[in-house]
Amino acid sequence: MNLFASAIQWILDPANYVGLNAIPLRIGQHVAFSLVTVLIASAIAIPLGYLIGHTGRGRGLAVTTSGGLRAIPTLGLLTLVALWVGIGVVAPYVALTVLAIPPILAGAYTGFEAIDRRTVDAARSVGMSELQIVRKVEVPLGLPLLIGGLRSATLQVIATATLAAYVADLGLGRYLFSGLKTRDYAEMLGGSILVILLALTLEGIFALIQRFVVPRGVSGRLGTTPALRTGSATAAR
Amino acid sequence: MTWVLANLGLIWARTLDHVVLSVPPIVLCFVIAVPLGWVARRYRVSRGVILTGAGLLYAVPSLPLILVLPAVIGTSALSPLNVVIALTLYGIALMVRVVADGLDSVDADVRQSASAMGYSTWSRFWQVELPLSGPVLLAGMRVVAVSTVSLVTVGAVIGVQSLGSLFTDGFQRGIQAEIIAGLVATVALALLFDGALVLAGRLLMPWTRRVTPAKPSVPLEVSAA
Repeated sequence: MNLFASAIQWILDPANYVGLNAIPLRIGQHVAFSLVTVLIASAIAIPLGYLIGHTGRGRGLAVTTSGGLRAIPTLGLLTLVALWVGIGVVAPYVALTVLAIPPILAGAYTGFEAIDRRTVDAARSVGMSELQIVRKVEVPLGLPLLIGGLRSATLQVIATATLAAYVADLGLGRYLFSGLKTRDYAEMLGGSILVILLALTLEGIFALIQRFVVPRGVSGRLGTTPALRTGSATAAR
Repeated sequence: MTWVLANLGLIWARTLDHVVLSVPPIVLCFVIAVPLGWVARRYRVSRGVILTGAGLLYAVPSLPLILVLPAVIGTSALSPLNVVIALTLYGIALMVRVVADGLDSVDADVRQSASAMGYSTWSRFWQVELPLSGPVLLAGMRVVAVSTVSLVTVGAVIGVQSLGSLFTDGFQRGIQAEIIAGLVATVALALLFDGALVLAGRLLMPWTRRVTPAKPSVPLEVSAA
């Protein structure tokens, strides 16, 4: 408990609230970096996932590639990209985008696939165009699973952004690594606690979002999402 | 390639370290998750508590968890034990839900028939429910095995040696081949473990051979994320 006391003391120490290494600044960096990464990954994965989900083509390929991507340890990818492009924020952006794509992609196409075929056929038979079917039927109905995928991806990225500090001066992970280097356990532990709190807070926020995006009338479908939820951050951490 | 050939001994040594770190969590999490999953499924209250706890635990990033553990359970800081315990916890967090889902997937009629034939709750669990949820458990364990092998590498940044050490060392010394060798070896090891589990599944559950070659269901594919 003594260790925790020193960590709490470190978190509350006013000296850690000024300058370029201030805690709020680091948290902001961590969150901003993670959100941008998830946005880039979404821009790639959501249209692709919708295409796969709507046409039903390329599913096998998507499953295999995302499965393969998952087996790759992030630290390896991170250090490799860092050697290619140099120390800095580019390597974490590349490595973590690659990491965030599989869960979002899976969320997008499984969201479409989980929709009752009869619903889609009904939409088609009342005269909706393919684009209208996607926009007015498949996207809203697939939203809970997509949010589930985004939730996994975000948590994974938040977790791995900690590792990113190994190759770049970025985010909360900085405290962990500088604490390790100087054998300052209070800093290390304090930083760890902050990352854990951040991850749990986001987990909570996503749980709320997921509850609210379910279209009325299909909330019974929520039963399918918990499986997604377990998927936070395996490869990530 | 020259680096790889000149350092085969090193790669092999790190691979062995990696195996030593990844096997205990995989085995332990199964042994612990089965009774926990059973309890979670059995009572409404325990289901909520255990599954929510598992979900939250799973959301905790690994490196911070590894660093916090010594303060919680009193292991020495930077000991390999912290990595093993952290990975066991993640395995449990994932498997508890899988075990509960797996037991849920057993047909209620089958369960009742077993009771009607005179199985006690205990023997029914071991001889009927557990084997029948086997395919679901196997799919879960495959995800656990692959993710554990991948996560072991994280320990390298705090000095716990594994194939991940090839990443940190390669990065610090600027040897690309070393990092690539580490990546290939880690993925190969993950595939090896995965294959071993599939094989074990075939041997232990011969009845699944024809119907469905053990393969993670769609939700598990997603949860592997």
